[in-house]
Amino acid sequence: MTLDLVIFLISSVVAVFGATMMITQRNPIASVLFMILSLLAQAVLYIQLGALFMGAVLVIVYAGAILVLFLFVIMLLNLRGHESLGQPSPPISLTIKYALAVLFVLELIMVVKSSFSSDLFADAGSPGVMVMQTDTFGAANDVAVLLFQRYLYPFELTSILLLVAVVGAVILAHRSRDDDGPVDAASSGESEGKAAE
Amino acid sequence: MLEIALIASIKVIIVIVVVLTGCAWSTWLERKVLGRLQHRIGPSFAGPYGLLQPVADGLKLMFKEDIVPASVEKTMWTIAPIISFIPALLPFAVVPFGIDSTLFGHEVKFVISDLNIGVLFVFAVTSLGVYGIVLAGWSSGSKYSLLGGIRSSAQMISYEIGYGLSIIGVVLVANTLSLREIVEMQGSDSIWFFSNWMIWQQPLGFLLFVTCAFAETNRCPFDMPECESELVAGYHTEYSSMRFAMFFVGEYANMLGVASVAATLFFGGWQGPFLDTAPWLAVVWFVAKVFVFMLGYIWLRATFPRFRYDQLMAFGWKVLLPLALLNAMVTSLLVTLGWL
Repeated sequence: MTLDLVIFLISSVVAVFGATMMITQRNPIASVLFMILSLLAQAVLYIQLGALFMGAVLVIVYAGAILVLFLFVIMLLNLRGHESLGQPSPPISLTIKYALAVLFVLELIMVVKSSFSSDLFADAGSPGVMVMQTDTFGAANDVAVLLFQRYLYPFELTSILLLVAVVGAVILAHRSRDDDGPVDAASSGESEGKAAE
Repeated sequence: MLEIALIASIKVIIVIVVVLTGCAWSTWLERKVLGRLQHRIGPSFAGPYGLLQPVADGLKLMFKEDIVPASVEKTMWTIAPIISFIPALLPFAVVPFGIDSTLFGHEVKFVISDLNIGVLFVFAVTSLGVYGIVLAGWSSGSKYSLLGGIRSSAQMISYEIGYGLSIIGVVLVANTLSLREIVEMQGSDSIWFFSNWMIWQQPLGFLLFVTCAFAETNRCPFDMPECESELVAGYHTEYSSMRFAMFFVGEYANMLGVASVAATLFFGGWQGPFLDTAPWLAVVWFVAKVFVFMLGYIWLRATFPRFRYDQLMAFGWKVLLPLALLNAMVTSLLVTLGWL
């Protein structure tokens, strides 16, 4: 076993473990922490592929900024995960949920299997197959060329879309103050405003 | 392969020992200089000029009782100091501290890992330090700690943006993300050895970097998370003995890390005069520049009063962020026109 393989196995197991724990924890703070763990392991996987830049950006943007914001909002609302989940679902809806879950897992297995069986370089177009085209895959220059030259307009349009979403959230949060909206909506809007500060 | 691994491990051990020792005697320096600035003597009993004070402090902290308050969330409360401590040490992995040379017949690079995205690495790992503080505040189960943790997370999110934007100018001018290349391009053979330092091309960028760095490291005048007059000791109120020591050492390691990065990005890192005749001077220049920064930290602490919290947030978003954006835009314009 080479060192590369050992590192790959450890970080991929940690990534999947973190993701699983994230969705099974009752405590939201623990969920955020496991998500960070999963992200850090994913960053290691990127770095192993030679995409140092992508790995660093993943840590800076997600672990360093977005999840701090998550944690901040959770702390501000003081969610401790002791709330009950309400009434258990009726049997019919449970059956549908489990059926859909099984279907999804089967699909996932088929996609992964097809990507393993096919020749990586022969059919790059098939789903689930990623081809490393250059030695500088994921390097700062390559990403910059894609973002700021090839996909400049889609990229800038996405940023406007995000801006619209932010403005929309602010408007939605503020409207409930003028109207006699429900009390909890008003207080959560206020905390969002504080988080945005 | 074995030789490379061995040299790397030796470098890691040396750097960690030097950094931790530096942290210990930074506390002495801070108390001594702060004392002098306030017309006091400062520590003077343990050893000559109180030089053994850090040893005495360390021993005291080690033998103190480790108190675990009943209100804490045990797991997170335990890992919080570790999360705060480890990222503080990581930036030193990419900071170059001397000229590559041959020692004992081996080629030795004076940097642990010469990453081609060194600048990003530094920002990635330092941005993780906030989790330690936030978790400590949240898991302590005390209102002072919680308020300290919330303040800290809000402050760090706010200043992180200005912090990141302030070095865009340097990266644009240097046209690289590698700390080694940034240091090498700041060298100069003339008698004006400091003529190529980045600070002359990025004066505004440097001011923004230092201001945001002070906020990021929770130092005066931005030490709101601790703010002893309002919050006792903020996020580490409930910690004692070695758990507290980890926060304490982590804070000083953060300061040393920021000082090293500032020296590397804006003041030519290990560059300095007489390097042709004596390459070992490179390490001396580097340490000297870091030392000057640490003195600056202490001096500012003695000079400035603390911000009020709303002023601090307004300052970050309404002054620093627009200025950082302006700096990045003007620099990229000048670089595109070929004037820098």
